[in-house]
Amino acid sequence: MKILTCISHVPDTNAKIPFKDGQPDLNGISFVIAPYDDFALARAVELRDQTKGKLTVLNVGLADTEPTIRKALAIGADDAIRVNAHPHDAFYVASQIAAIAKQENYDLILMGRESSDFNGGQVHGMVAEMLGLPCVVPCMKLDLNGNVAVMQREIEGGKEIVEVALPFVAGCQEPIAEWKIPNMRGIMSAKTKPLKVVEPVAVENYTRIIKYEMPPQRSSVKMIDKDNIGELVRLLREEAKVL
Amino acid sequence: MEMVERKEALKGGEFLIRESEAHDVFIPEDFTEEQRMMAQACTDFLRTEVFPNVDKMEDVESGFMIELMNKAGELGLLGISVPEEYGGLGMSFNTSMLVADVLGTGGSFSTAFGAHTGIGTLPILYYGNEEQKRKYLPKLATGEWKASYCLTEPDAGSDANSGKTKARLSEDGKHYIINGQKMWITNAGFADLFIVFAKIDDDKNLTAFIVEKSYGGITMNDEEKKLGIKGSSTRQVFFNDCHVPVENMLSTRGNGFKIAVNILNIGRIKLAAAVIGACKDVITMATNYANERKQFGKPISSFGAIKHKIGEMSALTYATESAAYRAGQCIEDKINSLIAEGMDEAQAKLKGVEQFAIECAIMKVHGSEVLDYVVDESLQTYGGMGFSEEAPMARAYRDARITRIYEGTNEINRMLLVGMILKRAMAGELDVLGPAMAVAKELTSVPTFSAIDASVLFAEEKEAIKGLKKAVLMVAGKAAQTFGPALEEQQEIMMHVADMIIETYVAESALLRTEKLIGIRGEAACQQYINMARLYLNRAADKVAYHGKEAINSFATGDEQKVMLMGLKRFTKMNPINATAIRRELADFVIEQNKYPF
Ligand SMILES: Cc1cc2nc3c(=O)[nH]c(=O)nc-3n(C[C@H](O)[C@H](O)[C@H](O)COP(=O)(O)OP(=O)(O)OC[C@H]3O[C@@H](n4cnc5c(N)ncnc54)[C@H](O)[C@@H]3O)c2cc1C
Ligand SMILES: Cc1cc2nc3c(=O)[nH]c(=O)nc-3n(C[C@H](O)[C@H](O)[C@H](O)COP(=O)(O)OP(=O)(O)OC[C@H]3O[C@@H](n4cnc5c(N)ncnc54)[C@H](O)[C@@H]3O)c2cc1C
Repeated sequence: MKILTCISHVPDTNAKIPFKDGQPDLNGISFVIAPYDDFALARAVELRDQTKGKLTVLNVGLADTEPTIRKALAIGADDAIRVNAHPHDAFYVASQIAAIAKQENYDLILMGRESSDFNGGQVHGMVAEMLGLPCVVPCMKLDLNGNVAVMQREIEGGKEIVEVALPFVAGCQEPIAEWKIPNMRGIMSAKTKPLKVVEPVAVENYTRIIKYEMPPQRSSVKMIDKDNIGELVRLLREEAKVL
Repeated sequence: MEMVERKEALKGGEFLIRESEAHDVFIPEDFTEEQRMMAQACTDFLRTEVFPNVDKMEDVESGFMIELMNKAGELGLLGISVPEEYGGLGMSFNTSMLVADVLGTGGSFSTAFGAHTGIGTLPILYYGNEEQKRKYLPKLATGEWKASYCLTEPDAGSDANSGKTKARLSEDGKHYIINGQKMWITNAGFADLFIVFAKIDDDKNLTAFIVEKSYGGITMNDEEKKLGIKGSSTRQVFFNDCHVPVENMLSTRGNGFKIAVNILNIGRIKLAAAVIGACKDVITMATNYANERKQFGKPISSFGAIKHKIGEMSALTYATESAAYRAGQCIEDKINSLIAEGMDEAQAKLKGVEQFAIECAIMKVHGSEVLDYVVDESLQTYGGMGFSEEAPMARAYRDARITRIYEGTNEINRMLLVGMILKRAMAGELDVLGPAMAVAKELTSVPTFSAIDASVLFAEEKEAIKGLKKAVLMVAGKAAQTFGPALEEQQEIMMHVADMIIETYVAESALLRTEKLIGIRGEAACQQYINMARLYLNRAADKVAYHGKEAINSFATGDEQKVMLMGLKRFTKMNPINATAIRRELADFVIEQNKYPF
């Protein structure tokens, strides 16, 4: 079984990101594997162990993402591929992933349901389309039964159980697996596992970020005495303009 | 021919008489990606396994600590220092410091972890024969077996060599039969293996044994009801005709006290590492609270009184961290150079640590006292909530207190560190006599004020450090001259001298780290680091002046006293700095980051 897990390299979810000249200032921010990708990776490691297969982790990013990739190797991936390019947008990233997947014929492509930086949630769908494969999102449980996977999705008011034959693409989220902490031996072996750097295929950039805007600052709560209903009505009408 | 630049390694205690170069000093910022990943894994372990289950962990009867230790074992955390050939990871000394540092945030867990991996495992690693190592280390490295260390007895605490536990050879010569009572034994409740110190027959000195629980003859009292680290198991352990196979004697007969002392050296510096993680975590919590808590219509973090606390706590923690890893690297370098000279690894590790026993004691005392300061001021920042068990400060406050007591009380460590310097000086291993004489001469000569080149980074601060060293040499030298070997009985003087030495070492370490960082990142990016180094030095100079004065006035009189006091003033003089403004600037940065950010 050949499994591919795609990970994105995102700012630590606890980090407060300042903006400088209208652009995010990522200086001094620590980066992590995007949380949903982490769950996908955790399940992929389990499935690899179960099927005695091979797990490759892939990231589209510049050299600064390598520590994050090595963390995925420490968690348990067997090897890694970095497509040496700035992940411009979902289509660009999906095209790079698809280009590699076409050569490698993976049985299973797992990724997070969405990254935690731009929260696009599109890459899995696009990759599946480019490869002509089915795609299941959000995949919250995944069991293999020979060549068939049984997955669980949460839908409005209940659950959906889906059966899909391999190969396919899934966008995962918890509780698909328990999040894994790399063990010390894994960390030590990470630097000896292969990390292949490949150049990107040419893909046109269709989107362009024009600007970022902060949500308007919320003004502080105004407390109005319970005996002063008239003032409340006035404020709702004149300031909040909801009446 | 290729030129190899070899940095001249500092010997233990030699910082008092030699300058260090900033680029030779290890700083935490030098940790590699791999070491950082390990640290992160430890943080993740605490976040997922320990913090959400603190109440369960604190109930020592729940057995949850065993579960935690098993999980730590699965992650490989229990085998960090054990060589790969014995099932561990064989990581470097400073890596093991880093792991202890991060896990130090774990309260009771940190104690259980430290006892198992340190005093429980290391005696076998360093003193065991091949067979003993093969038999026990793999089990300890994975956590399949848990270890504890039985040195202290009801009547033998600080005076550990006075223990009454006895071992006698069985008639068939196959066993030692151990009888006696041990007290305050960490991990006793669940240990599978005990390192036990006992005296064979009427020996004067202790002998160490590896005792498996399964040998029988081991009983225990209930768990001690403790002030803090309530989740760590601490019990009295009784040995009643416990039959230990003769091959389980560790090292040689009568060598037990030496083992105990050397293992404690490592425990001491590891304790200092553990304290760093705890300090950082507590400062972060206090800063979060101060940013959220409003009084008088403002967050309390906007008040100068609270900024003082946050700034001071940060500077102290930074300085401790700088000194701990500096010392850790000195040990590691020494170990590596001994191995390169052909010494066997276990022996090299022992000798490496022994060489820096002075620094280990310095760090133990300083680290534990900084932690106590940090938990106290953080609790205060929480106001009434600090006093409540609903908030995390009460537990942090209670947990911190033990660090001044175990691994040798801080009194014992203070005396030890001064004693070691004097002993090494007498033995000619540490050339302090020459420099001390030079200082004495300087006292009676006309002071020469060499102009300080203010354009050189930290020129003034470096001069100040030199001055502090002179103050130490002057006071310690004169005291030693006055009392001779009987100085050991002048404990108050010994303690004052110890404090002078501690402050000097730590202030110098903070300065060296900052200088090295500036070299890497540039001065503009290091403003807060510079603030912390200056604050610490300022405080250290005051402390050295105070303890120096106390010491001088307790034995010198007349002209000698006058001259020494004047010398002390000269050696501890610093151009005034506006510490309040610096502390505020530092605190504002920490408050803005809403965490300990260094
Ligand atoms: C929670 C906990 C866990 C522990 N875990 C272990 C363990 O796993 N294994 C183990 O073997 N031990 C352990 N200990 C024991 C610990 O190492 C001792 O408590 C410590 O060494 C002090 O000994 P003591 O309690 O007998 O105090 P004492 O030696 O009676 O000291 C009392 C006071 O007198 C001072 N004092 C003693 N002698 C001198 C002197 N010569 N000069 C000046 N002052 C002096 C001390 O500094 C202290 O302030 C633990 C203790 C605790 C509380
Ligand atoms: C065990 C216990 C018993 C008590 N009993 C009573 C009782 O019987 N009756 C009763 O009325 N109250 C009682 N109290 C409340 C007690 O008086 C308050 O806890 C105390 O006044 C501190 O207030 P606080 O807890 O809100 O802390 P805060 O006011 O939030 O203080 C938090 C921190 O901010 C500092 N701080 C606050 N304002 C400023 C400022 N302007 N400038 C600088 N620093 C500032 C404080 O010094 C403290 O370090 C009790 C509290 C405890 C813990």
